[in-house]
Amino acid sequence: MSAIDASKSSLNLKSWLAEHGIDRLLFLVIPAFLAMLTFFIYPTIYGTYLSFHPMDKSGALGNYRSFFGDPYMRDSIWNTFRIALPVSVINVFAAIPLAVRLRHRVRGKRTINTLLVIPMSLGTVLIAEGLSAYLAPNGWLNRTLLATGIISQPLQLLHNFWGVMISLLITGFPFAFLLTLSYISGINPKMEEAASTLGATPWQRFRYITFPLLTPGLAITFCLNFVLAFSVFPSANLLGNPAGDSHVLAVAAAQAISSKYDYSMASAISVITGVLELAVVAIVLIMRSRLYSGSTSGGKG
Amino acid sequence: MSKQHFNELHLKGVSRAFGKSVALSNLSLTIGNGEFVALLGPSGCGKSTALNCLAGLLPLTAGSIYLDGRRIDTLPPERRDFGMVFQNYALFPHLTVRQNIGFGLKIKKTPKPEIERRVNAAIDLVQLSLHADKHPNQLSGGQQQRVAIARAIVIEPQVVLMDEPLSNLDAKLRHEMRSEIKRLHRELGLTTVYVTHDQEEALSLADRLVVLHDGKVQQIGTPEDVYMNPINSFVADFMGYRNLISMELLAGGSANKYSLTSSGIELTASGIFSGATVGKVLVAIRPEDLLIEKSSKNNIACTVKTIEYQGKDFAVEVSTEQGFVIYVRTPIRLEIGEKTNLTVRPERVMVYPESNN
Amino acid sequence: MTIQDTTEVSNSVSRKIFVKSPFGWVIWASVAFFFINLLGVIGTVVVSSFGTEWFDGWLPSGWTMKFYTTAWHDYQVPNLLRVTLQVALAVVLISILVGTPAAYVLARRDFPGKKLLMLSFLLPIMLPPITYGIPLATFIYRLNLGGTLTGVIVANTVPAIPFVILVLSPFIEQIDPKIEAAARMCGATTRQIFIKILTPLIIPGLLAAALLVLVQTVALFELTYLVSGPGSNTLVVALYYAVFASGIRPYQAISAMAVFYMLTTLFILIVALRYVNPTQMVSQARSVDTK
Repeated sequence: MSAIDASKSSLNLKSWLAEHGIDRLLFLVIPAFLAMLTFFIYPTIYGTYLSFHPMDKSGALGNYRSFFGDPYMRDSIWNTFRIALPVSVINVFAAIPLAVRLRHRVRGKRTINTLLVIPMSLGTVLIAEGLSAYLAPNGWLNRTLLATGIISQPLQLLHNFWGVMISLLITGFPFAFLLTLSYISGINPKMEEAASTLGATPWQRFRYITFPLLTPGLAITFCLNFVLAFSVFPSANLLGNPAGDSHVLAVAAAQAISSKYDYSMASAISVITGVLELAVVAIVLIMRSRLYSGSTSGGKG
Repeated sequence: MSKQHFNELHLKGVSRAFGKSVALSNLSLTIGNGEFVALLGPSGCGKSTALNCLAGLLPLTAGSIYLDGRRIDTLPPERRDFGMVFQNYALFPHLTVRQNIGFGLKIKKTPKPEIERRVNAAIDLVQLSLHADKHPNQLSGGQQQRVAIARAIVIEPQVVLMDEPLSNLDAKLRHEMRSEIKRLHRELGLTTVYVTHDQEEALSLADRLVVLHDGKVQQIGTPEDVYMNPINSFVADFMGYRNLISMELLAGGSANKYSLTSSGIELTASGIFSGATVGKVLVAIRPEDLLIEKSSKNNIACTVKTIEYQGKDFAVEVSTEQGFVIYVRTPIRLEIGEKTNLTVRPERVMVYPESNN
Repeated sequence: MTIQDTTEVSNSVSRKIFVKSPFGWVIWASVAFFFINLLGVIGTVVVSSFGTEWFDGWLPSGWTMKFYTTAWHDYQVPNLLRVTLQVALAVVLISILVGTPAAYVLARRDFPGKKLLMLSFLLPIMLPPITYGIPLATFIYRLNLGGTLTGVIVANTVPAIPFVILVLSPFIEQIDPKIEAAARMCGATTRQIFIKILTPLIIPGLLAAALLVLVQTVALFELTYLVSGPGSNTLVVALYYAVFASGIRPYQAISAMAVFYMLTTLFILIVALRYVNPTQMVSQARSVDTK
């Protein structure tokens, strides 16, 4: 009797689980989850824990107190935002017109896309190395500008804010463009055709149809560009002034390790970086969710 | 609601090629004010191309379009003043029903009170007052269809273009919307060009049909004309003349009496279509035109092979002694294996040249 | 027919506008400006690597190949190449093996906690690598894997697994589940369905994911920088050190080193672009949206 009950209830449990999508297939996700747990979630928690245990035994909040108490350290937040925000905004807004132009099959589109992938794949280190010579006072850029008479004195583009900015424009723009392009291609072209039969000019079609439908995608594009720009490290060190106005959060964290072997302080700076970055992303995503965020294909079928 | 002020829309040799493949060749057509014209044909026949050319969404490769002598094929779609209902509706997903319908008026900088009045009238017209502030993804297919129609007609266009507007609806809704479109056309008198692959839809809606095949016009005529007298074997096949029989036209035929023969079947036709000459021809007969009865002329002896009950009548497949299969529709109940006789009136025997298809 | 029409419509219309409108010209000019500068950046590196001396002037005063020999030996380029390829291939292999089954489950099943699980795969993409890289490096050093090849591989696998999942999930989603049902109705077991039905169907996706991970890993700097040591540096990290410590070796040698790195990356990129579309480079980012 009880055996029957047991088998019955185990059957019920099984069917209940199956109904909620839990079956043996879920085992397949376990290796990936374990990998994330061990090498992402645990280290993050451990790092957070470590950040509350300063090397100098100055109490749980010691690292944070000394970070926010030291104007030089504190300014790294401002330095980071000052670079990351404008770069992300510029990249996204520069990407829109090009993506609008290249949304359909146009001659040369594949070539442009392929060429744009190059700076993205070369990465920040190589672009920084190239820029350090290209932007130099006697580099090709200044030479050209001097030769054409646009400027009379070489521009100072290295070891300051501008070098970092330019490097992030070169690596970030292609990323923003390709992402925007993939969003804009997802918008049903029938939408614009419909608008045109209703009398909308090309600009009105963009203003009232394409742009509103693209905005949710632009929010994501901005966020991901911001993530890239927020952790600017090689270019800040190689092109900027890592002790001055390019003393960004990533540089501060790396210096804590390389000069003082202070993993606790470095972890604290990582936590601050992560929290600030996620806060910006969260704000953008909340603003996005207030917008229309349904399907961009329009209608059924 | 209508403010139409043109007499005729004239298409002159309109052609469109994609690279080397010709999607539409030499379409010439004059559409009168208030007329309902259906472009009909199987998929790939060029009917959607024709509509897109008319809308201005597709540039012509040759030909021209005139509205009362004013050339319009060079204008972009936004300056043609045509309304269009798209196949998948193409409603703007980020706008409500009201905003979707009012979009064209807003673009034309119509004063706000007038927009409100006209949008409300359009919403009432398509019976969507309960859903005016919903977004398209909250509507059913039929409701989305109504929004699409309202959006196209609220701007009081010169011509309304409809691209297979009913193809995404289920059978019941399709019939409902068909009567709805008919009603709107009757009430508003809007000149309409309607694209469809469904002959029944075209027959019931249109004042005039344009049958297309391979980018070429096959026949232009009233629904009755096209249905009763398809001009060639392609149109016949498309209009439901299921029995296409290769036969021989015998010499000595005269007006009202042409003799045909083929492996045991002897027929008389009262007319032949141009191009059909003595020798091999193609004969088309609609299953509905075959009668189960013995008669002195046009008699075909046969055996019943299969019977399908279809509600109001039966679809029957019979075969002749020589094994030739013929399709018949009849209200008479037959038995499988039964021997019977078919007949057809000479004027319902269509005779086309052999090589037409 | 209608579908074909649509693309053709857009095609012909836009082709016309692109050349004609002034707006189109402004965009072309901006794109050209971007590429000229990019060419300048890359050209500077290449030209300088072949120069004898280049202090002032448009071009170096003489040409030589000798700095390539210097760089090849001094920076131990063969060793760096070996490490880079070992790391990249290991990361590709592990992330595909671990990521693919997970991508399948996430594409096909809805279960309690799925959103949370998705979040754990999304965070490594939404967070700057240096943020989680520092705690991760600390952890890897505690495991005594700091500075080892294994440590570098482990660190690079962390973003690679979510990458594979985010690239593959949408790919698997668009395979009609009815195909699997049909195979089951034909008597196929789960294992047979995976091997005979799904694997052939997702091979293009797997290839794309693998190549994208390869490109990403070769260029990923921060994580390797934080955990590698002598002997386990990849090309990009060695290049960073070379540039950072410029002055120790002639700048031409650093440029030559940069050219080695560039050639490696471009070679992999060219191979990758034979099989993946440039827009797929951002496909993992695109699928962040699905959450």
